Amino acid sequence: MQVEICVTVNGESCIEHIEPRLLLSDFLRENLGLTGTHVGCEHGVCGACTVKVDGSVARSCLMFAVQVDGSTIETVESLGSVKSLGYIQKVFQKHHALQCGFCTPGVLLTVEEMLDQLPLETDEEIRDALSGNLCRCTGYEHIVRAVRELVDARGPIKE
Amino acid sequence: MKPAKFHYIRPLTLTDALKHLQGTDAQIIAGGQSLVPMMNFRMAQPETLVDITKIAELKGIHEEDDVIRFGALVTHTEVLQSKLIESQFPVIGEAIAQVAHIAIRNRGTIGGSVAHADPSAEWPLLVTLLDARIEILRSDGERAIVSPKSFFIGPLVTDLGEGDILTAIHLPKIKGAVGMAFEEVAQRAGDFAVVSVGAIIRMDKEAITEVRIAIGGANDTAYRSVEAEAFLLGKTPSSVLLEEAAKKAIDGLRPDDDIHASAAYRLHLIPKIVQRVLHKALLRVAAKDQHYAS
Repeated sequence: MQVEICVTVNGESCIEHIEPRLLLSDFLRENLGLTGTHVGCEHGVCGACTVKVDGSVARSCLMFAVQVDGSTIETVESLGSVKSLGYIQKVFQKHHALQCGFCTPGVLLTVEEMLDQLPLETDEEIRDALSGNLCRCTGYEHIVRAVRELVDARGPIKE
Repeated sequence: MKPAKFHYIRPLTLTDALKHLQGTDAQIIAGGQSLVPMMNFRMAQPETLVDITKIAELKGIHEEDDVIRFGALVTHTEVLQSKLIESQFPVIGEAIAQVAHIAIRNRGTIGGSVAHADPSAEWPLLVTLLDARIEILRSDGERAIVSPKSFFIGPLVTDLGEGDILTAIHLPKIKGAVGMAFEEVAQRAGDFAVVSVGAIIRMDKEAITEVRIAIGGANDTAYRSVEAEAFLLGKTPSSVLLEEAAKKAIDGLRPDDDIHASAAYRLHLIPKIVQRVLHKALLRVAAKDQHYAS
């Protein structure tokens, strides 16, 4: 049984017909071709499939596409393109904050939200806030360095 | 790793939700942060999913005269960002900051966590510690207000019957100066706790006049350590006293071995965490209560 959903993804609204059991992660990758959203564990542990739903990060493998009917989604593709990297992506590139790149889309979107909301005064806080995004290359050190530069450039958050 | 087929309904009112929950093998979905993994593994295969996230009356944190009412759909993130909770129940923020990770806290709800009743989860422990009340809309349309003791029956088992909806959590306000603290031990940041402990202490001059200790991860449900509470009542705190109370705290516990930790390890950890949490709570009463501090 197919149902119709209307959803805005990276600024473009679309109407699609889907099965209710279709995961949001599969919807983004297979129906919309947005393969920047990676699928790792499919049970909410690895963080690779992290996207923004109505402005806040969520695991797209723990949501059904049917649940985002009427919502706004942002994926890693919203941050920049290969030819024109976004600011967070440039700082990640500078610090070599990725190795295989599998965890990177989820990390980038999580970092964007962390920078917006958390004081991140210490590296320990950065590590804690990123603890839901697993990097199987174990390249955490460089990720933390990139986030540290982003935090320093940002300054303290407004309360 | 893909869920089985189901029908999906997103009602706008509780009356409609109750109707859709009747008669079929239906399951409520709110944040879905525990349910969807179980569906992906096909451990759960509901025929119908009733998505309650658009029901307005299940939303928001509201302050009333004697209670704070959390709608079932209040997310962990909303709680962490609430100034009201930060000022009146700092122990809640201390505990909820340790629920999973940002993306999960953004979706996961208080109602879902309490209804799921994982014995090592933070909300069931807090509800038990703070002696909150669970508001339920029964399948026959009756409202019920249930105590934690009668709500939590066993691991993942509650008083909720088929077709019932958990609608809110009522948190009784605490008057006067108390100290509250929470700590947990987990294998990794954001994992379920191996053990967790929360405490509240009130002092009058040198004596403890009220104390509550709740322990998670040891029994089938979060456990109020009545033995240790009774032992501490009326006494003057000292490090020796706290150590003895911590030993008594494990009297009523019967943990099992599981993949996360052995029962022996849990029984080894708990007194140490209890002692630390009591100490922290006492320091916080002292900071609030000038008389005790002097």
